[in-house]
Amino acid sequence: MAESAPEYSKVDKIIESYSCEGSALIAILQEIENLYGYLPAWALRRVSEKLNVPMIQVYGVASFYDAFHLTPRGKHLIRVCLGTACYLRGSARVLEALEEELGIKNGETTPDLMFSLQSVHCVGACALAPVTVVGERYFDKMTPTKVRNVLRRVQSKNEKD
Amino acid sequence: MVTLTINGTKVQAEEGSTILEVARFYGIDIPTLCYHDELTPYGACRLCMVEIDDGRRTRLVASCLYPVKEGIKVKTNTERVVKKRKLILELLLARCPNSKTLQDLASEMGLEQVRFKMENEDCILCGLCVRMCAEQMGSGAIGFVGRGQKREVVTPFRVASEICRNCGACMYICPVVELQCRGVKSPGEICNSCLVFTPRCLEKYGQVMCTLDSCGACVEKEEK
Amino acid sequence: MKKIRTSQELKALRNSLLQRRDPNKPCVRVCLGTGCRARGSADVVEAFTNEIKKQDLEIQVDCKQTGCHGFCERGPVVVIRPKEIFYQRVKPHDVPEIVSKTLLNGEVVDSLLYTDPASGQKVLYEYEVPFYKKQARLVLANNGRIDPTNIFDYIAIGGYQALAKAITTMSCEEVIDTVEKSGLRGLGGGGFPTGRKWRLCRKAPGDVKFVIGNGDEGDPGAFSDRSLMEANPHSILEGMIIGAYAIGANQGYLYVRAEYPLALKHLQIAIDQAREYGFLGNNIFNSGFNLDIKINRGGGAFVCGESSALVASIESKMGEPRAKYIHTVERGLWNKPTNINNVKTWASVPLIINNGADWYAKIGTEKSKGTAIFSLVGKVNNTGLVEVPMGTPLKDIIYDIGGGILEGKKFKAVQTGGPSGGCIPEELLDLPVDFERLTEAGSMMGSGGMIVMDEDTCMVDVARYFLDFLQYESCGKCVPCREGIKRMLEIITDITAGRGKEEVLEILQELAEMVKDFSLCGLGQTAPNTVLSTLRYFRDEYNAHVRDKKCPAGICKDLIEYFILEDKCIGCGACLKLCSQKAIQGDPNKLHIIDHAKCIRCGICRDACPYEAIMVK
Repeated sequence: MAESAPEYSKVDKIIESYSCEGSALIAILQEIENLYGYLPAWALRRVSEKLNVPMIQVYGVASFYDAFHLTPRGKHLIRVCLGTACYLRGSARVLEALEEELGIKNGETTPDLMFSLQSVHCVGACALAPVTVVGERYFDKMTPTKVRNVLRRVQSKNEKD
Repeated sequence: MVTLTINGTKVQAEEGSTILEVARFYGIDIPTLCYHDELTPYGACRLCMVEIDDGRRTRLVASCLYPVKEGIKVKTNTERVVKKRKLILELLLARCPNSKTLQDLASEMGLEQVRFKMENEDCILCGLCVRMCAEQMGSGAIGFVGRGQKREVVTPFRVASEICRNCGACMYICPVVELQCRGVKSPGEICNSCLVFTPRCLEKYGQVMCTLDSCGACVEKEEK
Repeated sequence: MKKIRTSQELKALRNSLLQRRDPNKPCVRVCLGTGCRARGSADVVEAFTNEIKKQDLEIQVDCKQTGCHGFCERGPVVVIRPKEIFYQRVKPHDVPEIVSKTLLNGEVVDSLLYTDPASGQKVLYEYEVPFYKKQARLVLANNGRIDPTNIFDYIAIGGYQALAKAITTMSCEEVIDTVEKSGLRGLGGGGFPTGRKWRLCRKAPGDVKFVIGNGDEGDPGAFSDRSLMEANPHSILEGMIIGAYAIGANQGYLYVRAEYPLALKHLQIAIDQAREYGFLGNNIFNSGFNLDIKINRGGGAFVCGESSALVASIESKMGEPRAKYIHTVERGLWNKPTNINNVKTWASVPLIINNGADWYAKIGTEKSKGTAIFSLVGKVNNTGLVEVPMGTPLKDIIYDIGGGILEGKKFKAVQTGGPSGGCIPEELLDLPVDFERLTEAGSMMGSGGMIVMDEDTCMVDVARYFLDFLQYESCGKCVPCREGIKRMLEIITDITAGRGKEEVLEILQELAEMVKDFSLCGLGQTAPNTVLSTLRYFRDEYNAHVRDKKCPAGICKDLIEYFILEDKCIGCGACLKLCSQKAIQGDPNKLHIIDHAKCIRCGICRDACPYEAIMVK
């Protein structure tokens, strides 16, 4: 998803559903993030305006939490679990293999906006360690060798859709 | 009024005041960086940490924030505290090696070397500028953004702020960026020029050029 | 859907539910906790639903979706009532057999039974599985037994009785007295006496007060909060309503991390249902007491598990903690008196009200009452959720419940308390688990993560891992945490890369002590624990890295070498094909050799070798 053009009505609807309450800032930002895959600048300005919350506070909150991103993300979100159980079973090597394969570093998005790579700490499925989640699909007992296959499967499913 | 002891001396203080306020009132110096008496205390630099004994246990607290309580015994310069303050300075100098304020503080504390990999930042993230802009100037044009290592003071979206009035208060209050030490010859060195017992200006000019505050005149003149 | 306004009405509803339910009716309980779900248990449920329909058994057999049973290693877990037959690793294709054999004919499907690795025997019933047998499941007791999205299940097992008892027969003071007498301590890790906290909050001046349930479980490797929120959300609500009544709060918040979508979903359903039946809202049990609870999703920040950062987050700010010289119970959310407890602590309250303070106080040790809940993970045979009385020795948890070390390897250390905790070595395995003993040993109870490590774990690397995590999660406000952890990480990374000089261990110790003493909040104050505990118990491993430039466990990439065993390699070339650095040479069917200069120690070759011919030195 590339940079989005302003769609004020959509964002206004979200803000109004929370009765324009300043205390709902994080929840509102989460809905906007869900909609666009990131938080466009125009949307943040709109939120600040309508909630009457200082822009610097909105921007600060948007920059602080892992759920929020200020630049567009890839179509497929790859989350490599680096939680302790997964780490001890070698998930760091899975992350390295993915970085190598995709040509991007942890936290980045491929230039074609197809993949975003993100390490996370604990998805709560420790018995399946090491775990990598692509979109909503869990891949258990991941190894560097399986990385290429997983990416291929995701790509081919993508082409089918 | 509350009665407490600071460094063995019994003092009286108004309820609601902080240990730092009381200590300074009585002329007991506790070093600070992120504190300014006209702004709300922030408690981020941790230089002002002191030891208190409240009758049940001893613990370390930030004196700029801790409200005085009846009967507490405060010690501002125990070994435990002094050693750690030095380490804080060392960490900050590793980040901003050319800051005159930090260099002077380091000299005073007797810090001799910085053992960490040197960086060259301009900001110690003390937040004085942010609080100045928000509280004294009523603007709030700048603020903290980002978490942890990514934390910095910027304007929203890093573009020129619409509400900044160019008053310069942020620069005025900054303890680090404005004043640069020009005596440091290599990164990680403690300059010591301004606070040596025999300032160089004495030899050069036949008299001491500053009385209370370090002026850096000796260093500047030499460079010229 | 009339609201329940009196204890008699609640009792009547419960009785009518029990009458309608036949305890002997066959019921298939499928675990849909996140762990089992990730292994496809949703498909298993679908398979059961379809098969039961196909065989026209809808009237005779119930199929129930439950929350996390806790034995995640063996998922998907299925329990067949009334006998409580325990099936593990169930796949959709197993379902027809289960239906025809077990449900229709009372026969057991052998291949799906759990085999006790110690005795080699198959175990039939859930309560006989050693993993569960040695536990004392109180808070987690009903996790696998009820449908978390159905309030009737909760009421049928006695839910909301404690609330009725507290509100209709006890004064606020009496409730606080009971909780205090029970000895319940905060199960989020701090261990602060809960009753005392409630009393302080109640005493604090002000009419507007808040209660908060902390479900932000950010410790990597801990999932006990997740499990409880998913499987038994009403138990948390009931505890919070009782607490709010005792303290005098009229608004509650549940702060749940966004990474737990199922927990969020189930909690919202529970709140909606509680409102529907009058357990939340106005005039609860005709007492004039009002309470509503809202859910706040975390934004993704470990530091928000710390109570003042959590409050900042609910206030729509960045999750920066503040010094707690003025306690949250006096001035917390929106500067009002606020009582924050972990969700496990809240869930313990109905048990205490129902069974009495003395009952709870009899369990556990002198200073740590009740049970401790752990997510047991890592190099153990049985990973999952464990609830044991406080005071149980670590050894029992790891060996009797955990089934010992995976692949028969040697135990090396156990990490408790997550990133804020420390590593406990073999010589302390007899340590009874309670708040004080764990802290004395250099660790802490924390939020219940218990990670078992074996001989293949490098303790220096473990310290590095946790520092890296904490650096990423630090809010960055105070100098000791932001700069101190950064420099500790730099030093430890140098050590793992073989660049560590002798003096660095002293500097590391100095930094650790300063960060511990000077940090503004609990994150920074406990961040050095892993470093300090590993320096204390595994000093020789640090020395090996620093002096000899060796990693005894074979983990630190720059200090190890991969090599191919002559007597095992048959020259199949599987490794050569996969090596991205072209570091392996060898003719077909002849011994292959790794060029150490080109090798980047990624480990792909070792994974690929079918003959286990590649070793690490």
